[in-house]
Amino acid sequence: MTAPGPAARPPRIGVVDYGAGNLVSIGQALQAVGADVVLAHRPEALAGLDGLIVPGVGAAAPAMNRLRRRRLLEPVLAWLADDRPFLGICLGLQLLFEGSDEDGARTFGLISGRTSLLEGAPRLPHIGWNQVEVLRDHPLFDGISPQANFYFVHSYAGVPEGPEAGGMALAETEHGGRFVSAVARGRMAGVQFHPERSGRDGLRMIGNFVRSLGDTGASRELVAAGTGAR
Amino acid sequence: MLCHRVIPCLDVANGRVVKGTNFIDLVDEGDPPELAERYAREGADELVFLDITAAPEGRGTLLDIVERTARRAFIPLTVGGGVRHVNEMRDVLRAGADKVSLNTAAVADPDLIKRCARRFGRQAVVVAIDAKRRTDLPAGSPVAWEVYVRGGRLATGFDALDWAARAATLGAGELLVTSIDRDGTRSGFDTDLLRAISDRVTVPLVASGGAAGPADFVAAVREGHADAVLAASIFHRRMHSIAGVKAAMAAAGIPVRLDEGAAA
Repeated sequence: MTAPGPAARPPRIGVVDYGAGNLVSIGQALQAVGADVVLAHRPEALAGLDGLIVPGVGAAAPAMNRLRRRRLLEPVLAWLADDRPFLGICLGLQLLFEGSDEDGARTFGLISGRTSLLEGAPRLPHIGWNQVEVLRDHPLFDGISPQANFYFVHSYAGVPEGPEAGGMALAETEHGGRFVSAVARGRMAGVQFHPERSGRDGLRMIGNFVRSLGDTGASRELVAAGTGAR
Repeated sequence: MLCHRVIPCLDVANGRVVKGTNFIDLVDEGDPPELAERYAREGADELVFLDITAAPEGRGTLLDIVERTARRAFIPLTVGGGVRHVNEMRDVLRAGADKVSLNTAAVADPDLIKRCARRFGRQAVVVAIDAKRRTDLPAGSPVAWEVYVRGGRLATGFDALDWAARAATLGAGELLVTSIDRDGTRSGFDTDLLRAISDRVTVPLVASGGAAGPADFVAAVREGHADAVLAASIFHRRMHSIAGVKAAMAAAGIPVRLDEGAAA
């Protein structure tokens, strides 16, 4: 998508590429809402970005190893420490916690609590569309029903703990028991489901993230055009 | 509550959606990405592409349509047919698929399931099981099903229930179970088969083979204990709409995703 005028520039979103799965769908969803997508597989690629997305499915330990090997861990942590706009998707959310019970990996440690197996789940993995019950207002859910369905595919989920836990949880979902399906603090957010695979509402959420990055020229206009097109 | 999924399946040959009987007399039914987008708009929860050419020279075409589909339909996509190696699975996922379905290759080399799951996570690995009721058992024997491969043409001697349990243990994140007896007959799902497998494993089960109308989708869930239901011809030929099927499921008290904006 080309920006209409010289002053206008689509927001540049980095998708952290650490070799963990499907970057195509998130890239294409971002393009559909009018963002410029940068696949960040080197630390230098984070320069000049307006927002950062860490996607991914699978286990934490290989993900942490790959982030280290590509020298991406430090810059991603620095980005988060500066409270710059961040969206973690699925494993990208789980990494924000202290560690994972799945393989014992130590992760970013920005949210108190660990990633644990979904308790009381009738079937695992938890695959399919499930209701995301929004607990408080947040720009990520603008224009989305507070009980909309999103697409999940996971067996583990982060469990916020400590005095901050209540303020951290942004949405909950039920699968056997209830678990936290979205978190937000400052400009950092994470979702356990896959907005890039959740149809209209998912695209709207990605558009909301892009729009929340502030005015980068024509971003507002482009985002509106992008979500309307589909 | 987790919704039960309705999944249209598109048979793809040489880059086109086709329909035929026993892989002959194939009729061209359109461009896969275009049909995929239509189904996404109409409320499909997920899509399955089954590459029935699966010849090595056709792979590039398949990857191209997967990529064009991922660009237009923002719902999950499973691709089956002809994946025999971890690297082939990697190529399909890189093109934009979310899951790969293994069938003949997994029976020939069960460890392939483990290797794929270790590399990409079990959520990306679907094992497709084509099963047929055994008719060679002595009278009075309990009902049993045998696994067939190569598009349902080759008997394997594998018991379907045992194979399902083994596939799940090896790393399948989901099972796609097709009744060969019912496939293409529009006489309803083999709910005995579905229930027997579903109750044996803890991974989700997708029912396939035999859908004629909305009541069959309800039965697949209620009697077959299926988590998701797949159908092809009744959607392609517009005999039933996805919205109509979901409305019937909802009326039966089955949780489904009712997309308010979906076109009927």
